[in-house]
Amino acid sequence: MSAPTDPAQDQPDGPPDASPASDGLSRRAVLGLGGGLAVAGAAAGFGVGRLTAPEPAPAVAAGSRTYPFTGTHQAGIVTPAQDRLYLAAFDVTATSRDDLVALLQRWTTIAARLTQGLSAGPYGPASGPYDAPPDDTGEAADLPPAGLTITFGFGRSLFVGGDGADRFGLADRLPGGLVDLPHFPADNLDPARTGGDLVVQACADDPQIAVHAIRNLSRAAFGAATIRWTQLGYGRTSSTSTAQKTPRNLFGFKDGTANVKAEETASLDEHVWVPASAAAADATDSAWLTGGCYLVARRIRMRIETWDRTSLREQEDLVGRNKGEGAPLSGGTEFTEPNFGTTGRADQPLIATNSHVRLAHPDFNSGVRMLRRGYNFTDGNDSLGRLDAGLFFLAFVTDPRTHYIPMQNQLSKSDGLMEYLEHTGSGLFAVPPGVAAGSFVLGADGTPLTTRHSPYVGQALFT
Amino acid sequence: MTRSTVGALALAALVLPLAAGCVSNSPTPSGDGTSGAPGVLSVSSTADACDVSAATAPSGTITFQVKNDGSDVTEFYLLGEDGLRVISEVENVGPGISRDLVVQARPGKYFTACKPGMVGDGIRAAFTVTDSGTEVGPTGDTADQLKTAETQYVAYVKDQVGALIAGTKEFAAAYKAGDDDKARELYAPTRAHWERIEPVAESFGDLDPLTDAREADLEDGQTWSGWHYIEKDLWQPTADKNGGKDYTPLTQAEREKAADDLVGYTQQLVDQVNKPDFTFEAFQIANGAKALLDEVANGKVTGEEEIWSHTDLWDFQANVDGARVGYEGLADVVEAENPDLAAELEQRFTEIDALLAEQGSIETGFTSYDKLSKDQVKALATAVDALSEPLSQLTTTVTGA
Repeated sequence: MSAPTDPAQDQPDGPPDASPASDGLSRRAVLGLGGGLAVAGAAAGFGVGRLTAPEPAPAVAAGSRTYPFTGTHQAGIVTPAQDRLYLAAFDVTATSRDDLVALLQRWTTIAARLTQGLSAGPYGPASGPYDAPPDDTGEAADLPPAGLTITFGFGRSLFVGGDGADRFGLADRLPGGLVDLPHFPADNLDPARTGGDLVVQACADDPQIAVHAIRNLSRAAFGAATIRWTQLGYGRTSSTSTAQKTPRNLFGFKDGTANVKAEETASLDEHVWVPASAAAADATDSAWLTGGCYLVARRIRMRIETWDRTSLREQEDLVGRNKGEGAPLSGGTEFTEPNFGTTGRADQPLIATNSHVRLAHPDFNSGVRMLRRGYNFTDGNDSLGRLDAGLFFLAFVTDPRTHYIPMQNQLSKSDGLMEYLEHTGSGLFAVPPGVAAGSFVLGADGTPLTTRHSPYVGQALFT
Repeated sequence: MTRSTVGALALAALVLPLAAGCVSNSPTPSGDGTSGAPGVLSVSSTADACDVSAATAPSGTITFQVKNDGSDVTEFYLLGEDGLRVISEVENVGPGISRDLVVQARPGKYFTACKPGMVGDGIRAAFTVTDSGTEVGPTGDTADQLKTAETQYVAYVKDQVGALIAGTKEFAAAYKAGDDDKARELYAPTRAHWERIEPVAESFGDLDPLTDAREADLEDGQTWSGWHYIEKDLWQPTADKNGGKDYTPLTQAEREKAADDLVGYTQQLVDQVNKPDFTFEAFQIANGAKALLDEVANGKVTGEEEIWSHTDLWDFQANVDGARVGYEGLADVVEAENPDLAAELEQRFTEIDALLAEQGSIETGFTSYDKLSKDQVKALATAVDALSEPLSQLTTTVTGA
């Protein structure tokens, strides 16, 4: 949607590790989605005067960054966490498998377009038949792509209905990890913020870009799926790359210091991606999820008013790190490994046995780690005049049965921080692998188009 | 509370903002006439050194920014002239960690000491606090008052626990005998004794969850016991309030076990608080008072504690009672250290008690929580916040004394 006036936006500007390119429009249009290059402005009506890239690329403004939509894995998982989130869970209203597939085709095409800075449809917000509504809602026109990623997942209820019904002939494809999450101690889940057949995570550095994505995808879903709940997030609470500084949650503490990072490829294979062996262990045919992962979403309200009147001593004791630097209380700096054996006065451990850092640490969780990608949220206030604020916890894991449920049971039962936390929403989704590069059906303008032959996220589930 | 006290507090409330205004408008006093540079000093603690950035500081608020530059856990002390009396301290500072020691110091001679490895007498140096002209509270004169507060609070806890076990036995007997009306009548007033001292019970590990867990607090498959287990059986929910499932009343055998377990756990609490080594320190009383208000803010004001019986206001009043008793024991110290805080706390306690009195009392019964209007709940929550905020200053005021 970028206007073609700024030469900076004419340049491909993927993540630092994306392949550089300085090709003109024709090459970009063909390769753009296949090769993960930016095609901002390449849609009909946007490409005029951009057949060549005459000057060397100036430094890319952060807002005009794009990430490839295609790849082995979906984007928006190991992608350096953007600052903003809009996540939507959908209930599928379609009853036929064909309608469901058609929805996924529409969504995949739109996502491929939006993430590359294109409009949702080929005409864009201000062109096309005059007596038809525009094929893009328009609020992202003139804005740069802002690093938008769109990630899709499937909930258990897509496979098995509430009454056990096999809604779309997928029951025998249900992966073993897509369980009903148990009730965790002190859970106070709102059914209206829990579950969903499908999930769409849109992340961007500009909230309007993320909202624009969900809005256009929701529009494309009418008649096939309807929004069940959504969550806006700001101030990413995790870093997913070593290049990112550790951000802070609404308790004021650094969050995600020990997160699995994009650069740790061996750890990603061990803790995030679903291995081929998982399908072999399943009673069902779940090979379609190989290379995918699971998304755990938990809306965790923080009782920030009572937290704020808690002494610094108690705050640090409960977390197990100091507030200023994020160093473990056993000593060192932020990235020093906690030493749970270090004791202080009366031989008590410096990192308390009920502290969050201890109970969440791999040493006390059979070595498991998670890739967290959470965000802060503030959804107005409650009737008591308190902020309805907290942490929207998002974690991508290889299997929630080993990598989430045991740890959450332990935290919910014993974590001292629980006094200040309340889980109010929940979702678990299987996130299929990515769409293959070069598989899109392209229109006359060289941009992706939805046809009966278009590829889609999770295609292996339906074939 | 007598009428005359209420009147005096109302007057204090009127006077307070004016007094506070005067204080904040005065220039920062400075003994040597230089501009009020804050008394901020850095301390570097290593295996063999305790480097304090200056050996002298003006009286008033002094901040030691202690950095552990060594490889052992360290402590930092400000000691009196005799080298024995601890004026203040920070402990458990891990290697590489920084922590502030903020102390109100009167003019005089002191010692600073780092204790790397937390053994021995530490690495000491003489330290002088010069007279800045700032008035500093009566540091050191409060030991007896704190001691008295600690003794009184232990007596209060034993008294409440004594009443609790007596009431619990009566309640359990009625419930076992199938006299549900009597059990329902005894439920809330008996629990008040528990709620007044709840943080004490919480300090005994599993006793709190065994006695007071709500259904939502349980892990999948965990056995439920205690007050709320019986509450649900006495105020049996309809299916739509029970996750869509019909509630199955407890059998007589289950009733008897539930009642006996409750008495048993309560007896364990009685035994714990009557051990000779059961003591309370002033900071624990102060933290406990704040914790009681947190209980109100998190559970009672939202109506989540007594989800079947809706007797939350009994718990609410009892939590406030317990916090007030904790505060009142320390009130003389607070009065001396920070009279404004003392006045504000008196006022806020009075306000919240007045608000609760509109809905009844523990003796005569309260309004059922589900019958309160949204505005009434909001007013209660606002009063809790108004009291909790100054109450959160209690610990630092008492430990700084």
